[in-house]
Amino acid sequence: MCGLGGILNRRGKRISGKEIIAVANAMEPRYDGRGGGFAAYGIYPKYKDYFALHVFLDDEEARKKTEEYLKERVEIKKDEEVPTRNIKEIPRQHITWRYFVDAPEKFKEEDYIVETVMHINDCIEGAYVASSGKNMGVFKATGMPCNVARLFKVEDYKAYCWVSHGRFPTNTPGWWGGAHPFNILDWSVVHNGEISSYGTNRRYLETHGYKCRLLTDTEVVAYLFDLLVRKQGLSVETTAIALTPPFWKHIDRMPEEKRKIYAALRMTYAPAMLNGPFGIIVANRNMMIGLNDRIKLRPLIAAENGDFTYIASEEAAIREVCPKPEKIWAPKAGSPVIARLNEV
Amino acid sequence: MIMDAKGLHYKALNKLIEDAINNSAKKIKITNVNGQRYIGGGIKGNVEIEIHGTPGDDLGSFMDGPTITVYNDAQDGIGNTMNSGKIIVHGDARDIVGHSMRGGKIFVNGDVGYRVGIHMKEYKENFPVIIAAGSAGDFLGEYMAGGRIVVLGMKDSDSEIVGDWIATGIHGGMIYIRGKVEEHKLGVAAKIAEFSQEDRKYLRNLLKEFCKTFGYNVKKILDAEFTKITPMTHRPYGKMYTE
Repeated sequence: MCGLGGILNRRGKRISGKEIIAVANAMEPRYDGRGGGFAAYGIYPKYKDYFALHVFLDDEEARKKTEEYLKERVEIKKDEEVPTRNIKEIPRQHITWRYFVDAPEKFKEEDYIVETVMHINDCIEGAYVASSGKNMGVFKATGMPCNVARLFKVEDYKAYCWVSHGRFPTNTPGWWGGAHPFNILDWSVVHNGEISSYGTNRRYLETHGYKCRLLTDTEVVAYLFDLLVRKQGLSVETTAIALTPPFWKHIDRMPEEKRKIYAALRMTYAPAMLNGPFGIIVANRNMMIGLNDRIKLRPLIAAENGDFTYIASEEAAIREVCPKPEKIWAPKAGSPVIARLNEV
Repeated sequence: MIMDAKGLHYKALNKLIEDAINNSAKKIKITNVNGQRYIGGGIKGNVEIEIHGTPGDDLGSFMDGPTITVYNDAQDGIGNTMNSGKIIVHGDARDIVGHSMRGGKIFVNGDVGYRVGIHMKEYKENFPVIIAAGSAGDFLGEYMAGGRIVVLGMKDSDSEIVGDWIATGIHGGMIYIRGKVEEHKLGVAAKIAEFSQEDRKYLRNLLKEFCKTFGYNVKKILDAEFTKITPMTHRPYGKMYTE
């Protein structure tokens, strides 16, 4: 079933993690305790110019190997264990370490970091990068969101954009790396449902150098946004058309100019099209996006109040922290809700 | 009887309701509801429940007789497999309203979401009715097997009254839409039938209680073009194994 939550303050005002924890807790019946997580933007102002790598490490050996590799690739400005508290509900599967790193050259530094992340996930045994963006981080583990929040002291962070996920895994194993959000650079994705097109999407992404190693369909959504928006320069609106295009019967009824554009997008990005039942929230440093599958097989509600935009699987989760939003609505199937920073 | 649902888990709230009904409560008002699921699930008899706040999914599922009034929006799956009784929603209701509903009424004063009335069915005196004052999303009356759905589209003149793939797989029951529906929006197995004077008379009767509930004028509502959607056949696979 899974439950999604998202809060963006469009003026960039940072709010406590307590808000997103309340949103997540309001959807408790949607989770089964086998995955919970949060993405937070704006949490590392002191190191905001460095890529913050949150890494899951199985043991000391994995940490050493990761560190050796990172020293070859990047400049490590600072590294430390991500603060945690001991709780009985979540046994430790990994050490979580964070590295604030700089790429050796500014030219294509993001591609360089993606390569670095892919290498760690693919080649270093017992090491997985949970997040790799600047001034942001992902906190996730196997457990209920309320306990994951306690484990990582999420309430101590302040962020202008928060995303939450509680998992009810149906097709793939519950492990820390398989918990949501999924991240690459500053793209984070949380997902309810399944991506039935995973095989096609994965083959397409692998031809573009991405490596899907996290044993979960959602991973491809993060990489598709990175590929289409960051690398290929498509707008988010156009990317949404590529990922959840209208049906051919609707494209055929469009005015000629529009029809040509939609038909071209659909054909060009056929292997990127996302099929299956899903609701997703995607965020990066500038925006938060909500998107449903093309025939609306999963719930998603959006709301606006003042400088805040909210997206969640249930209306009650939004009302938990914002009882009377100025506007609340159910977005249409396949039509994105896009809220941008500094668009007030 | 008044209950405060603030901070209550759905299991605790539903236990309170069950206990109150067992103690012969006839009117229950619940305040500060937010997201608690299955409210009124499986309850029977002559009971009225007033909900202030946003009830969670599957409100009134398997309900048999009571009336639930929601003074806000409702979430997914209201009246799921409901047998009889009534659910009144003053705001919007979301997806799969009246999923597999077998009897009773659902009145919504706002919009309704996707797959409203999916697989609702009728049998003799058990006859489910869903009426929405606003618009409806795609797959309205999907696999519908009985009862009536009425969508009035009176809330927002900019949005479409009804989405695409209307009544896909319909093989019983009927849908009335206030306004024109283009043929290409019909799903497989549905057809547009003539909206006759008989239909108008029937609808006037059907809408009376709805209009009284929300303060609409029946005459004004009926003074418009309606589209009637019916199954092409009641037995789409009737000859499948005999030909």
